[in-house]
Amino acid sequence: MNQLYDVIIVGGGPAGLSAAYSAWQNGAKKIVVIERDRELGGILQQCIHNGFGLHHFKEELTGPGYAHRCIELVADKPEIETLVDTMVLDVQNNKTVIAVNPEKGLLKLEGKTVILTMGCRERTRGAIRIPGERPAGVFTAGAAQRMVNMEGYLPGHKIVILGSGDIGLIMARRMSLEGCKVQACLEICPFSNGLTRNIVQCLNDYDIPLYLSHTIVAIHGEERVTGITVAKVDERMTPIPGTEFDIECDTVLLSVGLIPENELSRGLDLEMNPLTNGPVVDQHRETSLDGFFAAGNVVHVHDLVDFVSEEAEIAGKYAALKAQEKMATENRTVTVKAIDGVRTCVPQKLTMPAEIPADEKVKLFMRVAAPHRKVKLEVKSGDNVLLSRPLPVAKPSEMIAVEIPAAKFAQIGDEVTVGLVL
Amino acid sequence: MAVETRVMNCIMCPMGCEMTVTIENGAVTNVTGNTCPRGAKYANDEVTAPKRMLTSTVAVEGGMLPLLPVVSANVLPKERILDCARFLRSVKVTAPIKTGDVVVKDILGLGVDIIASRDM
Repeated sequence: MNQLYDVIIVGGGPAGLSAAYSAWQNGAKKIVVIERDRELGGILQQCIHNGFGLHHFKEELTGPGYAHRCIELVADKPEIETLVDTMVLDVQNNKTVIAVNPEKGLLKLEGKTVILTMGCRERTRGAIRIPGERPAGVFTAGAAQRMVNMEGYLPGHKIVILGSGDIGLIMARRMSLEGCKVQACLEICPFSNGLTRNIVQCLNDYDIPLYLSHTIVAIHGEERVTGITVAKVDERMTPIPGTEFDIECDTVLLSVGLIPENELSRGLDLEMNPLTNGPVVDQHRETSLDGFFAAGNVVHVHDLVDFVSEEAEIAGKYAALKAQEKMATENRTVTVKAIDGVRTCVPQKLTMPAEIPADEKVKLFMRVAAPHRKVKLEVKSGDNVLLSRPLPVAKPSEMIAVEIPAAKFAQIGDEVTVGLVL
Repeated sequence: MAVETRVMNCIMCPMGCEMTVTIENGAVTNVTGNTCPRGAKYANDEVTAPKRMLTSTVAVEGGMLPLLPVVSANVLPKERILDCARFLRSVKVTAPIKTGDVVVKDILGLGVDIIASRDM
């Protein structure tokens, strides 16, 4: 039995749930959220620390607390159906979604629109090619987080963390609270990729040394990790011979980056951005394939879930309008280009109708390539400066969000550039 | 008089100012390197009475998962955080539990409750 949905949402984390709620608010009558895990909420359910929600809910919440809020938004609404324990196997260009569920078997869903909210996954040891033996005891930080916070067992007792991204830092504290000894945190870059707050409260509070410009050159141990060899790296991140030293440990946790999870998107005829590893989207979060939207970490990796929710609400709104045929069909396309120190900018294009609706908003989310102090961010179209914002500090780890004022829309030409003025 | 200087990063905003704090007999007498007054206040709190929120888990019986995530209802003295975490490792509760339920009342007599951060 095939049913036509207004909006099919692939992924029931904060992005999918926020998108569903927003689609509902904007008049979609038949919405489905498909989640592969046994419950909704996504990765937030294992992020038991607090600090979530200050922007979006104006309140400091834990990860499960934030997830709970999102789940409540979609609960008890007959227009929103949620399927858990359901794995999407294929998404087709004609907006047919094939999924499998242990109770219902193979499902074939058809939608007027589809929103991709699959989130991201962790980069693994294979992806960064650490030499050495292949003993047990090497985990991604997120896998260890799930073990410790949800499944109820410890991955080890003497821990080294590779990478100083926020997940690695949070896990350094978490393992310390569970009675483990965290020997060191190693970062290949000359700067940390985590928030200062996390460096202070997760490393310094527990006297965990942070080695910048250092990496693992070998992992030792036959059956189980027994230790690692560390070396200092030069400007090209190549280990410097003679700087090696050993650290004893039984566990190595990798916090070496996140990759948007786009296996399903890659089966579709939509344009991908090689820098964000996610689909190219416009300000409505519509991809290059008509009727397909995307939001959250599947588009680009965020550091704040609050921005994920905000972006997903945009996707939900415009998917709902599209399903109701309330979107303008005659548009011109504007390219948004990241230049001069800005590495990535989302959206990568703008779709401007001849008559711009009064509630149209263009918010840009970007990351810089390297840390700076006292720089200016400039958003321009040709010689027209659309927006100029002084940044006391700009770090690759902290996403920058700015909104182009509606009064400036008339000055937008064929291209918008986003860059730093040093 | 015991005079010491400590270097610390402010965490009040993304600037992360590196501050040098002069401490005389346990009291902050001078702060440099901060860009705004919040830095001086943070430095003073960090030196005299540092406090932290605590998030951890407790064992739960009859739930969908073996663990229940918990959070302190308020900040705790930093030097007692590890004691509190150790204490929580011995706590066992029984489902059903609602978000916000008190799991441990007045942990270690510090005047702060530990509450459930999800339903189970």
